[in-house]
Amino acid sequence: MDPAREIVEIQVGIADLKLTREPGRLITLGLGSCVGVSLYDPIIKVGGLLHVMLPDSTQFNNVHKPSKFADTGIPLMIKELQKFGARVNRLQAKLVGGAQMFSGLDEKMTLNIGLRNTQKSREMLSQFNIRILAEDVGGNRGRTMIVDTSNGDVTIRTMGNKLKVI
Amino acid sequence: MDALKEISNIGMGNAVTSLAQLVNRRIDMNVPLTRFMPLDETISLVGGPEEIVSCVSLNISGDVPGMVLFIFDSQSTFQMVDLLMGMNLGTTADLDEMAESAVKEIGNVLTGSFIGALCQMTQLNMVTAVPMFAFDMLGAILTSLMVASGRVEDHVLVIQTQLFQEKEVNIKGNFFLLTEPGSIQVLFKALGLAVE
Repeated sequence: MDPAREIVEIQVGIADLKLTREPGRLITLGLGSCVGVSLYDPIIKVGGLLHVMLPDSTQFNNVHKPSKFADTGIPLMIKELQKFGARVNRLQAKLVGGAQMFSGLDEKMTLNIGLRNTQKSREMLSQFNIRILAEDVGGNRGRTMIVDTSNGDVTIRTMGNKLKVI
Repeated sequence: MDALKEISNIGMGNAVTSLAQLVNRRIDMNVPLTRFMPLDETISLVGGPEEIVSCVSLNISGDVPGMVLFIFDSQSTFQMVDLLMGMNLGTTADLDEMAESAVKEIGNVLTGSFIGALCQMTQLNMVTAVPMFAFDMLGAILTSLMVASGRVEDHVLVIQTQLFQEKEVNIKGNFFLLTEPGSIQVLFKALGLAVE
């Protein structure tokens, strides 16, 4: 791979999944209650980023987009990474997002989807024995997540704060 | 669609009148856009996913169950706080607790009079709940609301609104009405408008 090549930043949309190789970057903007799950194989330097919107696909009748849910999106990402040559036992996970964005009381909103997205993602990863290397989850702030496939670093941007690297 | 124009004229007209009374100034209004669109497309309409906005949202119960939201970009938000608190424009540059409750109150007034106008016209019963508030990235706010309301794939009614007061005030707001499947037809019918 040509090191002088310009670094490509690939956007991962809402309920979307993208993979790339070194030195590419994966970015997803404005995670609220959604959770960004990154998986990285440090040996072959391949990474994936999944934008999880909901925890559980079994609660829905028509699932058009498996990448929308933690329970279907994570296995899909693993499968796709394997096509890139990644090995499951080398994969390292990082979780970002899962916030509770709104203040003010309303019963319908207390279901805290952010927390459920985070918990389901953790549960799915542990099913595959994938280690979670770092997390920046919960709270009440929106986050932008950038995955650097050259070293697996995840950079987090929030309103009015300095960049955070995990 | 004429039905949408009708709803926005009735609703927003009333809302802006209430706001003018609240801040005790004359306020003019312009509605550049009214349409139905998927909620995720509304993100690029308002700004980008990382655009900082304020959002006041209220659940509606009754004959037309759903949710209403008002979204304002950060500059418009600060201008509204200055207007409501009677401060010189440009004073507010950040949201403290006081400013936050000011925005919430404005959202409450706008929504209340919007819904009130619709109820009066249609004789339908629509009740709004306590306002919820967020000031953060647009993408984070909208996706969280989509998920929490369970209306991930539905279209929403978007009414873009510009509020003016002479030259110095220019508030850009977006009013969203999310209804449960079928209930927008109830509203159209009650307004005596054709339903597809």
